[in-house]
Amino acid sequence: MQWDVIIQWLPKLFEGVGLTLQLVALSGVIGLILAIPLGVARASQHWYVRALPYGYIFLFRGTPLLVQLFLVYYGLAQFEAVRKGPLWPYLRDPFWCAVITMTLHTMAYIAEIVRGAIQAVPAGEIEAARALGMSKWQTMLFITLPRAARIGLPAYSNEVILMLKASALASTITLLDLTGMARTIIARTYLPVEIFFAAGMLYLLISYGLVLCFKLLEKWLRVDTGQLGR
Amino acid sequence: MKHCKKFLLALAAAFALFTQAAFAEKLRIGSEGAYPPFNLIDASGKVVGFDLDIAHALCAKMKVECEVVTSDWDGIIPALNAKKFDFIVASMSITDERKKAVDFTDPYYTNKLQFIGPKGTEVKVDKAGLKGKVVGAQRATIAGEWLEKNLGSAVDLKLYDTQENAYLDLSSGRIDLVLADVFVNWGWLKSDAGKEFEFKGEPVFDNDKIGIAVRKNDPLRERLNAALKAIIEDGTYKKINDQYFPFSIL
Repeated sequence: MQWDVIIQWLPKLFEGVGLTLQLVALSGVIGLILAIPLGVARASQHWYVRALPYGYIFLFRGTPLLVQLFLVYYGLAQFEAVRKGPLWPYLRDPFWCAVITMTLHTMAYIAEIVRGAIQAVPAGEIEAARALGMSKWQTMLFITLPRAARIGLPAYSNEVILMLKASALASTITLLDLTGMARTIIARTYLPVEIFFAAGMLYLLISYGLVLCFKLLEKWLRVDTGQLGR
Repeated sequence: MKHCKKFLLALAAAFALFTQAAFAEKLRIGSEGAYPPFNLIDASGKVVGFDLDIAHALCAKMKVECEVVTSDWDGIIPALNAKKFDFIVASMSITDERKKAVDFTDPYYTNKLQFIGPKGTEVKVDKAGLKGKVVGAQRATIAGEWLEKNLGSAVDLKLYDTQENAYLDLSSGRIDLVLADVFVNWGWLKSDAGKEFEFKGEPVFDNDKIGIAVRKNDPLRERLNAALKAIIEDGTYKKINDQYFPFSIL
């Protein structure tokens, strides 16, 4: 192990950490916001409301993120219409391609988490809300979703950590995220063990930070007390 | 008794054959398979191209059996040192940095680096002319290294996993120019995808020697050198060269 090489390249690796965090934060937050209506629709009792989210989730959970990334980045760019279209300034940029693809991908998983959480809300609580005269939408907004949030949070934190690791794929479309930066440094130093070791340690630190944040959030939302009401 | 003798003889023959097969040396060629026309994967999944033709000619000269193993480009030197294969024939430039990690044979061809870009655009390939351009190259190649060293922050440099991906982004207009080996660029410009593009300026680097990499202090290097010399002398090299290029690339 050549520790001095790791220290020498650490500032560059930190630049990569910055990009990785941006990718995970953007896709994790936008994905969550978009996944809530998708998950609610997926949990609907009417088949025609369920059908579209079901198809979406089936498509995006059933194909690898790498394939999706290549289709969005290299695939869309093959069409003249896309290159002349209004979205090209964004689709031209690998950063936005990665954010878009990762958001679409994680959204499918989070929507399933939302659906599961909604269906896990005890029926008695929903019946109680209805008995108190709450409308369907009021029940959803004030009872079902807040309860589902607490039920789904641990699974959501899991998904965010999975996306952190999946973000390494962004390096395949020229982005210098933590993995991309590590590979570029290795191309110059030919020291894969040292640099990948350092990158692995940094990933570990980020996941640890994420786990801590979610723990605090769970404490703040008092996720554990929710289970006592059963 | 007669049968028994025959049986023993057959057994001995089988054994001799078996041991011969077991002890016949088998070498593994490392290549990438994404660098046409030098190395690429054909429709049947086989790795073919100029590099592989040379490699198989060398194996034939050395009278050894060879099989091809592919590796991603940026992991190909670590894979050689991890004994995934015995020598790399993948259009690898001989550089001082790589010499720290591996040994090289004599060069088997000489390469140049030249920019390509869309037809009809005027580009001066110097620091001033390239300022602010988005330039693509393959990661861990001398083209990438040359750009970093000579143009540095003057250009927006994009590094790709494979040369093919850099060309894809050139045709979609994400990048303005690609810097790569002149013969590889030549091959792409001749293809359907490359017909809207052309060489820009003179080659920026013209003494790029391409060699075969072996592990440090591996005696295989001398055997490869002898075989290389032999195929150049007996005309095998020229025959392979002519299949790919109408000019000598040695």
